[in-house]
Amino acid sequence: MPSSVPADRLATAAVSAGLSDRVITWLFVAPTIVLLLAINIFPLFWTIYLSFTNFRANQPGRAVEWVGLDNYRSLFDSDAVWSYLQNTAHFVVWSITLQVLIGFGLALLLHRQFRGHATLTTLILLPMMLSPALVGLFWRYLFDPQAGIFNYVVNYFGGFGTFSMLSSTQLAPWAIILVDTWMWAPYVMLLCLAGLRSVPPYLYEAAEVDRASRLQQFWHITLPMVMPLLMVAVLFRAIECFKVFDMVIELTSGGPGETTELASLSLKRAAFEKWRTGYASAFAILLFVVVFGASNLYVKYLNRVKSR
Amino acid sequence: MDRAAAEVATVPAGHSTARNPTESSPAVKWLAGIVVAIYAVITLIPVAWIAMTSFKDVTEAVAYPPVVFFEPTLEGYVNLFTTRTRATPEYMESLPPPATWYDRIVRSRNMVIAGPSPFAGRFLNSVIIGFGSTFLAVFLGTLAAYAFSRFRVPLKDDLMFFILSTRMMPPIAVAIPIFLMYRQLGLADTHLGLILLYTAINVSFAVWLLKGFIDEIPREYEEAAMIDGYTRLQAFVKVVLPQAATGIAATAIFCLITAWNEYAFALLLTTRTAQTAPPFIPNVIGEGGLDWAAVSAGTMLFLLPVMIFTLLLRKHLLRGITFGAVRK
Repeated sequence: MPSSVPADRLATAAVSAGLSDRVITWLFVAPTIVLLLAINIFPLFWTIYLSFTNFRANQPGRAVEWVGLDNYRSLFDSDAVWSYLQNTAHFVVWSITLQVLIGFGLALLLHRQFRGHATLTTLILLPMMLSPALVGLFWRYLFDPQAGIFNYVVNYFGGFGTFSMLSSTQLAPWAIILVDTWMWAPYVMLLCLAGLRSVPPYLYEAAEVDRASRLQQFWHITLPMVMPLLMVAVLFRAIECFKVFDMVIELTSGGPGETTELASLSLKRAAFEKWRTGYASAFAILLFVVVFGASNLYVKYLNRVKSR
Repeated sequence: MDRAAAEVATVPAGHSTARNPTESSPAVKWLAGIVVAIYAVITLIPVAWIAMTSFKDVTEAVAYPPVVFFEPTLEGYVNLFTTRTRATPEYMESLPPPATWYDRIVRSRNMVIAGPSPFAGRFLNSVIIGFGSTFLAVFLGTLAAYAFSRFRVPLKDDLMFFILSTRMMPPIAVAIPIFLMYRQLGLADTHLGLILLYTAINVSFAVWLLKGFIDEIPREYEEAAMIDGYTRLQAFVKVVLPQAATGIAATAIFCLITAWNEYAFALLLTTRTAQTAPPFIPNVIGEGGLDWAAVSAGTMLFLLPVMIFTLLLRKHLLRGITFGAVRK
């Protein structure tokens, strides 16, 4: 903090010296807004436009025709798209369920504040910071039918002999759920832990006085207090699971068959392998609408949590 | 106090849980500790296994049953950084004895080093693009966050929501036009292209997180400085920025990790010149398929910086993953 005050400057200080606050505001905010408009909003409108055309990005010379709602129609008529959406729903619902159960459970245990809980918290959080693509890649190795340690351990203890996570159409969908849960249960745990810490102790003391059982305390105090943060975690995870791409494409590439072909994977194929740009744009808009709705809720909850 | 309590790691004893009935008996604590420790061990096995695999030789890496005890070798790392060709026994005979330890490892497989692999370049690309985009995102984010924190910005809430919503957008929804746009502008497969893109991905996050940090700095500091004759800009640079240094550093690490880990756009928009490590590592091919020892070596080298950063960040993780909403 400057201690010497130049007397001649004192008079004008805070009023005029330098740029006005208004100018600074625009100077400071504009670059960010411009960048986001250029790299997010402008492309979004372009996607909307493309979704009404038959444009193919690998044939730039071809005449582009306006096809109205045709792309959307073929999207909704397609059985394949419907099954990709079902795959996605299965993945989202089960991943989140497992993450909430494990995350909340771990948070309850960590909240006991045993010795070393801080170190363990940090260790447990590690997976969620890693690159999802490389996580998918090294889990593919762990699940490898010939050399994978995971299959070996299950076979050894289960005595199956032929157990192989990624080659089975029944098990592969669970493989991606397992890996996502491995990565992201700590995220739910961290938010639940924050929720548990926010419960004022006097609530429990009052409950003790009223002779509420442990279960009642959990049901009527702990759960409602943790709920807002748990909802934030669930919403955020739902949005992220719905968008997931990196991890799954490296882990299963959608196989075996199309059992783990999620919406985001098939969108990428339509856009950059089959080059059905118009159709893929319509698909992208469909996904965007779903995620945008969920994001709206997420922000509402964030603000509510913040104002507490 | 507020800052200290935000630390996930160190909740001051007797803070919120002091007289909490869940303050349980030593036996229960022990039990909880053991269960959590078991979870931690299980959850870290995959990472440990990859670390081990990176020190196996090429055949041990794909042996069945999997090998737990083995003599560590750097073959995976050597294979990661080199390309090799198989040589005839006669040719091997005619060579002078191996000059270096890595020559020796490669020759033991009846191969000779043909040259360096692209891995070092891809890793360097990750560093350049990661740091470049982080610097830009934090720079822009700090300016915007300061304005949002201190001034009356018209439609402030709408703008803040708009900024956050861009982060929620599925990348693939805008990937097609960005692909077309970059092709048109010559930004495809350039460092600048990815830097701009990752800046856009991170700037929304940076604004939200930094606004929280700057909100915590009392306005009185700047006001005092301005009464002392500083202009608004000088007060921002000389008073606010040093106060926000911790927050800026934490934000920067988060942005760096996001850019470092990004894969989808790197896969779609880069092929050689500006390709980062994540799309490259899964394609380290040996003889007859993926060279898992080399892939593990690449994975370890790539994950290690993130692990270190996570340790540095642990006090701010909660804040980071909630876009600054949860501080406590």
